[in-house]
Amino acid sequence: MQDDKKRYVIPGDVITTGPYRPDQNVTLYGNHIIATVIGISEISDDSVRVIPLTGMYIPKSSDLVIGKVVSHTSLSWEVDINSCYVGILPAADVFGRDFSAHADELTSKLDKGDLIAARIVNFDRTRDPLITIADRELGKIESGTLIKISPSKVPRLIGKRGSMIQTIEMATHAVITIGQNGLIVVSCDDSNGLLKAIKAIRMIEEQAHMANLTDKIKEMLESR
Amino acid sequence: MGGRESTLVLLDKNGIRCDGRKVNEPRKIMIKAGVLKNADGSAYIEFGDNKILAGVFGPRDVHPKHLSNTDTGILRCRYHMSPFSVTERKNPAPSRREIEISKVIKEALQPSLMLEKFPRTVVDVFIEVLQADGGSRCAAIDAASVALADAGIPMRDMVCACAAGKVADTIVLDVNNEEDQAGQADMPVGYMPNLDKVTLLQLDGVLTRDEYKKCIDTAIGGCKLVYQIQKKALTDKFFENGGNQ
Repeated sequence: MQDDKKRYVIPGDVITTGPYRPDQNVTLYGNHIIATVIGISEISDDSVRVIPLTGMYIPKSSDLVIGKVVSHTSLSWEVDINSCYVGILPAADVFGRDFSAHADELTSKLDKGDLIAARIVNFDRTRDPLITIADRELGKIESGTLIKISPSKVPRLIGKRGSMIQTIEMATHAVITIGQNGLIVVSCDDSNGLLKAIKAIRMIEEQAHMANLTDKIKEMLESR
Repeated sequence: MGGRESTLVLLDKNGIRCDGRKVNEPRKIMIKAGVLKNADGSAYIEFGDNKILAGVFGPRDVHPKHLSNTDTGILRCRYHMSPFSVTERKNPAPSRREIEISKVIKEALQPSLMLEKFPRTVVDVFIEVLQADGGSRCAAIDAASVALADAGIPMRDMVCACAAGKVADTIVLDVNNEEDQAGQADMPVGYMPNLDKVTLLQLDGVLTRDEYKKCIDTAIGGCKLVYQIQKKALTDKFFENGGNQ
């Protein structure tokens, strides 16, 4: 990446000094725009951002995440979403409006250790992220293999407009649910396809920084 | 003045120090990022004969809960010397010195971290000295800073640290164990190279004003050398092909 627009940066690197708007993972110091994480800097139109190559998942509104129920109170579940905050799933979200804390038993719907696909409804710095499972593709995950990758590599796994994940799904006939938090559930009737899909995901995680990865994955999937 | 009586020649007439270095030459430094699998971020440094491992966890839930701050994340640091890190077995229990260095390192790293992005969380930094040879607090800061960057914790700048001191009436860069014991002054400096800010400044010994100025300049010069090595360590791990595709 020789051109000015994309560059590898580490924290403290001055990306530019122009009149740009600081976007993700950068900070303004005087008139310098400084990277705050290790990653690839991008200058587009009027804004500067850094795509991180490492780091933890930070919840964002409307992200699809995969989480594990860790405990519950009488009103809500606590869900481990592979972040520094636990997801809060209110009981009313599952039981409906007529939920009553003494009549309904939370463990009848979701128990400790259950895996769920959820969406983040709301998150700000004052409270833990609120999640929901009230949507068509959300809810308890009954079967499949759970894989954990670094959350910073999720965009690479999805690819441009989902190209990468479609390639894998087509070649292996697996159904892959990707959580933005780096948790992935792969389910496939064919054990060979399952293994292949897992191998492809692992390969993407290892080589996320390489160019034309989609072709390499295609090649790997087509072999044997 | 200062320093212990010693038969060691700290600086010969050619300006060569007791370990064969020139006056403004640092020891050999090697840093490797991402050496521990279970930590969120890690680094290993060899700074002369210092061998130090740093591991970072977080941001994560604070335990005990009362330490958490609703406005910002907090930083916890533990500097620990292994029993085998020095010639005579060191009791593994935290000593007065280790507690103090932990605090000093924490305060040297804190200005670089943007923990206000993660309220109610903690970032834990664990530093384990495997082998000590003078200037271990500087080496520990260097390793910890790389480990924090490896963990992906937002930072305003890297923190690099290097000591300077006064040995045989001369200001020298990167004081080693012998010079520290027998020399006249030792000044560890922590520095953010891009922001041009000092985050750690200690001085053990007596210096004149001119010597003090020269000493701090020498130490900052050393920090800039360390920064290049830190940068290389991170580049090697994340962009294998040397930083440019």
